[in-house]
Amino acid sequence: MTSILVHVDQLPTAFRTAPMPRHRVDARQWNQAGEALAAGELTLLGLWAHGATVHMALLDQAANRIGIVSLGNRRGSFPSIGRLHAPAIRLERTIADMSGLEPEDAPDSRPWLDHGRWGVSHPLGKLETSWAKAKPYPFLPVEGESLHQIPVGPVHAGIIEPGHFRFTAQGETVVRLEARLGYVHKGIEKLIQGGDLERGMTLAGRTSGDSTVACQWAYAQAVEAALAVKVPARALYIRAIMAELERLANHLGDFGAICNDAAFAMMLAQAGVLRENVLRAADTCFGHRFMRDCVVPGGVSRDLTAEGVATLQALVAAIRERFPKLVALYDNTASLLDRTVATGYLKPELARQFGAGGFVGRASGRDFDVRRNLAYAPYDELAFEVPARDDGDVNARVWIRIEEIRQSLSLIGQCLVSLPDGPVRAEIPVAGEPREGIGLVEGFRGDILVWLALDAKGRIARCHLRDPSWFQWPLLEAVIEDNIVADFPLCNKSFNCSYSGHDL
Amino acid sequence: MELIADLAVQGVQMALVLLLAPLLTGLVRKVKARLTRRQGPSLIQPYRDLLRLLKKEAVLAHNASWLFRVTPYLVFAATWVAAALVPTFATGLHFSWSADLIAITALLASARFFLALAGMDVGTSFGGIGSSREVMIASLAEPAMIMITFTIALIAGSSQLSTIAAFMLSPEAGLSVSLGLALIALVIVAIAENARIPVDNPATHLELTMVHEAMVLEYSSRHLAMIEFAASLKLLLYLSLIACIFVPWGLAGHGAGLGAYAFGIVTYLAKLAIGGVLIAVFETSIAKMRVFRVPEFLGGAFMLGLLASLLLFVVQSQ
Repeated sequence: MTSILVHVDQLPTAFRTAPMPRHRVDARQWNQAGEALAAGELTLLGLWAHGATVHMALLDQAANRIGIVSLGNRRGSFPSIGRLHAPAIRLERTIADMSGLEPEDAPDSRPWLDHGRWGVSHPLGKLETSWAKAKPYPFLPVEGESLHQIPVGPVHAGIIEPGHFRFTAQGETVVRLEARLGYVHKGIEKLIQGGDLERGMTLAGRTSGDSTVACQWAYAQAVEAALAVKVPARALYIRAIMAELERLANHLGDFGAICNDAAFAMMLAQAGVLRENVLRAADTCFGHRFMRDCVVPGGVSRDLTAEGVATLQALVAAIRERFPKLVALYDNTASLLDRTVATGYLKPELARQFGAGGFVGRASGRDFDVRRNLAYAPYDELAFEVPARDDGDVNARVWIRIEEIRQSLSLIGQCLVSLPDGPVRAEIPVAGEPREGIGLVEGFRGDILVWLALDAKGRIARCHLRDPSWFQWPLLEAVIEDNIVADFPLCNKSFNCSYSGHDL
Repeated sequence: MELIADLAVQGVQMALVLLLAPLLTGLVRKVKARLTRRQGPSLIQPYRDLLRLLKKEAVLAHNASWLFRVTPYLVFAATWVAAALVPTFATGLHFSWSADLIAITALLASARFFLALAGMDVGTSFGGIGSSREVMIASLAEPAMIMITFTIALIAGSSQLSTIAAFMLSPEAGLSVSLGLALIALVIVAIAENARIPVDNPATHLELTMVHEAMVLEYSSRHLAMIEFAASLKLLLYLSLIACIFVPWGLAGHGAGLGAYAFGIVTYLAKLAIGGVLIAVFETSIAKMRVFRVPEFLGGAFMLGLLASLLLFVVQSQ
């Protein structure tokens, strides 16, 4: 019996530049993969269906290799991975909603993204028109003395994305939190099907507005790998500059917003000014505050001018000067630390099991960063450190952000100094045969995975976009247990998961 | 004739607190905005908000009882009466002889009692959370307030605010440790009672962290206007109370001339402005505390109040 590990054989040097091979497995090997995930030998990167085939992307973190295993020709069902490995449960429920393939013996058979209000069912599989009335959604039962439920959302008091949170509390202490998501489902994976590469890029940039650069870069990587396109070096450096600007803006925003949730409005105001400076600089250099549609397959759509370089250098210098003062303010405000320290502790075992990316994982001892572990150009030529801690509370997630802001500033500085000359966009050839490729990029929240299958005409047969939030939302539920209800906003903001990227 | 003059002063006082309360709220918001590098709304925005709310249609839950509808008026009336009893620009107010500091505390407590009931009336979970948190805070703030009242009454020989203010102005009143402790305790109680940071955040949009705001979440239009107005009045009341007891300078005495009254009003305005700015500065420089820290915070106020009155006996027995 060969180990499933032999299928997880792709080094980043291979899958970044050439089409991604898939390993067809039988049901026994499929289950073996599930057991390897449950045993912690592998980490789940993604689980999705294409037609009657289910694909699973796996990561061997020790060896920094990835692989895709496929279980084909399924007649309406497939062996559940979720029954062995909890992080797969929501992905399987989504497969059942979108493609109509049911996970066998799944621990949770409730729908996930489909709330019964689309007018159709199984949009990615056998499409059926159904105007069946939305069924009531049964939340997980909770038993015990003097418990009460608090339904929160999907419409919230502030201007945030919609999601429903069902708290079961005993007095102020949370006994269980269950989230229900899917309110911002936009049908992106359906809309992208059959479109050309241009349409794919447009839609990929609209999955999650705050990570539009990372999403489009992951998509562009998938296209470039599938068609073996060589991207000009200058374009790669400009992409890195944009990705780090995006990370910078989001981390600065989060830093202020977390403090604001503890009613420390001063930090929101100060960090907000810095974030605004980043966005304005991005607008000056790339023509869009969030740099949407700047990363395109083959390169970038906007070159960086000499004035742009000067603008960014001034920006980096300004933030380097002012940000340490904010960090000192955070570190010296005892009332603020009192709220963040020891609140919302995430166990390292859970972070590892769920393969939590970004600051959520790195604050809980999961030392993983796609930029380093599965390096892609130009990060393999740049010097940076990946901060990691294992105290796992809100404070730790704040400090990971602070450290990453420093690293991003350094990375932007390095890119600006060693920005190569040359073209910024390569031609995209037509393959004339079906091709598949994978893109894996470190967004500000964590690893974004894009899997792309092109048909012989070069149209998109299937594009799967997996936001890092898929493996972070369930952890938020674990984190809030035994905390008090009033601390949920703080925990939630320290996770800052994407609703839009998750609901797709 | 004297009665008419007394009634006139009392009338001016009642109108004054009503007129100034939204302005104080506006001032605190404005200063907070400026401190966080924002332009901020205009000083008179709270008046506009109240007008806007009064014009709007009231939305009530289907299962809202008479209590839910009556409470806003009760709360407003009780708070207004309480605010009218605190000497702002002149002592010897006509009505103030009928009610002392304990009566003011009781008026505010009954307003809160009805508001907490109304919060639970429609049966939403946020109303319940808000009411339970509010009552938890109140159950700790009220004993502290009573201890402060005792301390001050023991020092001044009366729980009557006009008498207290007159005593504080007289040369008999000196600096005392007890008074200092009572002042700190009163400030803590004022912060908690007015749902200010670090106990509660009046500006929050996070429904799960709200205390006072969660309780009144279901109110709209004129009902909400009454409650917001009452909240502004309460803030003004506490500032006036602190000013009247601890910085009574400028207060016009009973039957003083017009000039003294005018001077009283000017100094009162100055005191309010200073108080409002201090609140804004304090709120900007501190984060909100965890809900379960509030008992320790208010417990501190109670202990200070207790210590203040015990110290008085120690001093007397020497």
